[in-house]
Amino acid sequence: MSRDEIFEKIQEVLDDALGVDEDEVTPEASLTADLGAESIDFLDIVFRLEKTFDFKISQGELFPEGLTDNEEWVADGKLTDAGLSMLQDRMAHVDFDAFSAGNRDISKIGDLITVDSLVNFVEIKLAG
Amino acid sequence: MRWMWIDCIIEHEPEARLVAIKNVSFSEEHLHDYIIDGKPIMPFSLIIEGVAQTGGILVGSIGRFKEKVILAKISKATLDCDVTVGDTIRYDATIERIDDAGASTVGVIDRRVAGGDAWERIGRVELLFSHIDNNMAGINFPKHNFVFSDNFKMILDTAGLGELACD
Repeated sequence: MSRDEIFEKIQEVLDDALGVDEDEVTPEASLTADLGAESIDFLDIVFRLEKTFDFKISQGELFPEGLTDNEEWVADGKLTDAGLSMLQDRMAHVDFDAFSAGNRDISKIGDLITVDSLVNFVEIKLAG
Repeated sequence: MRWMWIDCIIEHEPEARLVAIKNVSFSEEHLHDYIIDGKPIMPFSLIIEGVAQTGGILVGSIGRFKEKVILAKISKATLDCDVTVGDTIRYDATIERIDDAGASTVGVIDRRVAGGDAWERIGRVELLFSHIDNNMAGINFPKHNFVFSDNFKMILDTAGLGELACD
C-alpha cells in the first residue's frame, strides 16, 4: 500500500472518529491541537486503525501513555532527557524535534501526534 | 440507585452479543413531558442510554463485572422514526473490539409497534466504552465498582445470567 493510499484511509478514519472534514486532515495537522482529539478519541482511533489496516496495536504503541507515572521520564511537568530518549526509541513514527529543541511541557506532548505520524506508524506496521 | 433503561435481557452470546428489550409505557413520567404532535415520544437520548446499558453489560460481562465500564463516546447514532407508548424496543449489541483500555460496540435498534408482531430496524448506535481504571488520561477513580450496581445484578439474575457476575 502506498503512502498516499495510507493517508487517504487515515483521512477516513479521522473523519469517522473526530467528525472533521477531510480537507482539515493535512499531514502536519496535530490530532489534539488542530483536530480537537481528546484522550478517549485516541482509543477510538486505535480501534479504527486496527479495523482499517487489519493489524493489532498494543496499548501505548501508537500514543505515549503512563509517562507521568515515572519520575525518570517526567520531572516538574517536563519530559526529561531519559524520557525523550525512551520515546524516540519506542515511537519511531513521531517527530520529537520540537521537544528536543525547545519546551518539553508534558501537557503538550499530544500535539506531536500529527496525521503524518499516523501515516508513518501504519507504514512501519505494514512493513512489518 | 441507577435508572435502568432496559427491562430484561433476552439473548446472550458470551463475549460477543447481548440483546435486551424495553417496553415503553405511559406510566413513565418522563414521557408526559416529551410530547410531539400530541404523541408521547421516547427521547432518543434515553434510547441511546438503553443501547449503552445493553452494550455496557456485554462489555462488563467479559471481565465478570470486575472492570468499571463507562460510556465514553457516542461515535455515531441514527434513529429513523419515533418510538411511542405501547411500543417495544429491542437493543442488539455486539462487540467490535475490546482490550485493556476499553471496547467498541455496535447496537442496532428494532421496534415492534403496539399490537404488532413484526420487528423493524429503526436505528444504529456505535459506542466506545472505557475501562476507566486503565484510562489513557491516567486519572484515578474509586476502587469500588460504582458502575454495576444492584439493579444490574437484578437484571442479570432475572435473565438467569447471575453467574456472570463475580462475587
